[in-house]
Amino acid sequence: MLRYALLRLLGAIPTLLLVIVLAFLMVHAAPGGPFDDARSPHPEVLAAIEATYHLDEPVVQQLGRYLGGLLRGDLGPSFRYPDYSVSELIGIGFPASLKLGVLAMSLAILVGVSAGTFAALRQGSMTDRVVMSFSMTGISIPVFVVAPVLVLLFAVKLHWLPAGWSGSAGVAKYIVPVVTLALPQIAYIARLTRASMIEVLSRDFIRTARAQGLGTRAIIRIHALKPAMLPVLSYMGPAIAAILTGSVVVEQVFGIPGLGASFVNGALNRDYTLVLGIVIFYAALIIALNLVVDLLYGVIDPQVRQR
Amino acid sequence: MKWSAGILLFILLLAIVGPWASPHAFQDTNFDAVLRSPGIAEAHFFGTDEFGRDLFSRTLLGTRITLMVAVVASLVSLIIGVSYGAIAGYVGGRVDAVMMRFVDTLYAMPFIFFVILLMVTFEQNFLLIFVAIGAINWLDMARIVRGQTLSLRKREFIDAARLTGVGTARIIFRHIAPNLIGIVIVYLTLTIPQAILVESFLSFLGLGVQEPQTSLGSLVNGGVKQMEGAPWMLLIPAVLLATMLMCFNFLGDALRDFFDARHSL
Repeated sequence: MLRYALLRLLGAIPTLLLVIVLAFLMVHAAPGGPFDDARSPHPEVLAAIEATYHLDEPVVQQLGRYLGGLLRGDLGPSFRYPDYSVSELIGIGFPASLKLGVLAMSLAILVGVSAGTFAALRQGSMTDRVVMSFSMTGISIPVFVVAPVLVLLFAVKLHWLPAGWSGSAGVAKYIVPVVTLALPQIAYIARLTRASMIEVLSRDFIRTARAQGLGTRAIIRIHALKPAMLPVLSYMGPAIAAILTGSVVVEQVFGIPGLGASFVNGALNRDYTLVLGIVIFYAALIIALNLVVDLLYGVIDPQVRQR
Repeated sequence: MKWSAGILLFILLLAIVGPWASPHAFQDTNFDAVLRSPGIAEAHFFGTDEFGRDLFSRTLLGTRITLMVAVVASLVSLIIGVSYGAIAGYVGGRVDAVMMRFVDTLYAMPFIFFVILLMVTFEQNFLLIFVAIGAINWLDMARIVRGQTLSLRKREFIDAARLTGVGTARIIFRHIAPNLIGIVIVYLTLTIPQAILVESFLSFLGLGVQEPQTSLGSLVNGGVKQMEGAPWMLLIPAVLLATMLMCFNFLGDALRDFFDARHSL
């Protein structure tokens, strides 16, 4: 197991390095510098600014400097908010995003797995078909459509929820954003669970358990759930990426001061270093979480470890 | 499935014919008719936006652009995915292992953020949106095509071709590729909604299609800004987009179940 874990960890490092170098070069291949806009400063001033940010050096040297900084957790200064470094801006935005993401993911797994199992046990019935149609709808409707419609409904029309973020306190403000973010994942996980649960329930060992007189509830909990969760577990990687992407929209629509919101603002303001920093941060996060998922896979399924 | 196909066909027809048939031009502003609600008065069927532009023609134009981007992007992903998957599957062995390992690596990447990075650093233009979206969506296609190719290459007609001295490239593109058409078309119906999703996501954030052109994503974004006073500005494009995505998904799912029972979910 330890060997497996180490091998996976070693495999993740080149991936991360590739992402960083690719993203860095992409930003540097951009036509025009970050500081030439309509009211360009005096050439000497521009040269001084470029020297401050080391933009006058060859690209390879800049890349080396950037990688060196990364090792110390330094993502460089923000080009639009000179008082902050990119690491500080990420530190400010991340807690809110983390809370949102963890809540949404937990909700998605809980509701998705329950609904999928529920439908699998009643395969072909009306309930099954209703659950599956709902989940197809949930997969199809994008977060950026659901989010504003829910705001319109609950905040603007019904006044049940606060529309703003900063003025209100408590858990109430989390409900709609978390549900919005979780909805497509609930739908997808429900479909995956249903399919794999139906497959597992038709295996011989389930029939044996049933022949021994075990009730449905106990069969699901003791025997069927673990093998049925493998496809769901391997979907966790894409799910994490989807939640991160979705949180960009949800934060924008609900006005949550998180990382996704600063990413969009950075993108619209052409704050190159901030956008680059957040892309790298997200990539590292996704790669790390994928690693965790892989290891969990090894824990649940012994066959994977032996490969 | 018939319903999905019918609705899609209707929307497609509207998107093609609509912008010409509409009584108002999509870019004309009229500050005497700002934020009108939908109705037949003055022929603003979907109302007007905060600049008095007719939303009926804008919605149809947006649908047309969204569909256009999606189809072209899907074709880009089709070309990349089929070539990549067929080569990996046919050549096999170590080459296949390395090529598929690369696909696995790409799967783990936060692609959408790369696309946004691309949009930020280069000027936003149509061509870039096509290429960027196509570059994300080829992974699934490559996997499916590789799987099919693996089973195809053991068939007699491929052996026969090889024995008569046909080159590798010719076998892949003249003998393997035509046999992939069925499954590729099925997966194309599932790639198109994904491409629609990415395009409208980017446009929603203001990073995709730029004014005065519009897409369903930008219209939803515009609707969010005015939703307290003019909810129809949000609801009409939102419902249209959701309907389109749902129809594509239902259609793709049904086709996949029909042609390719193994992969059904």
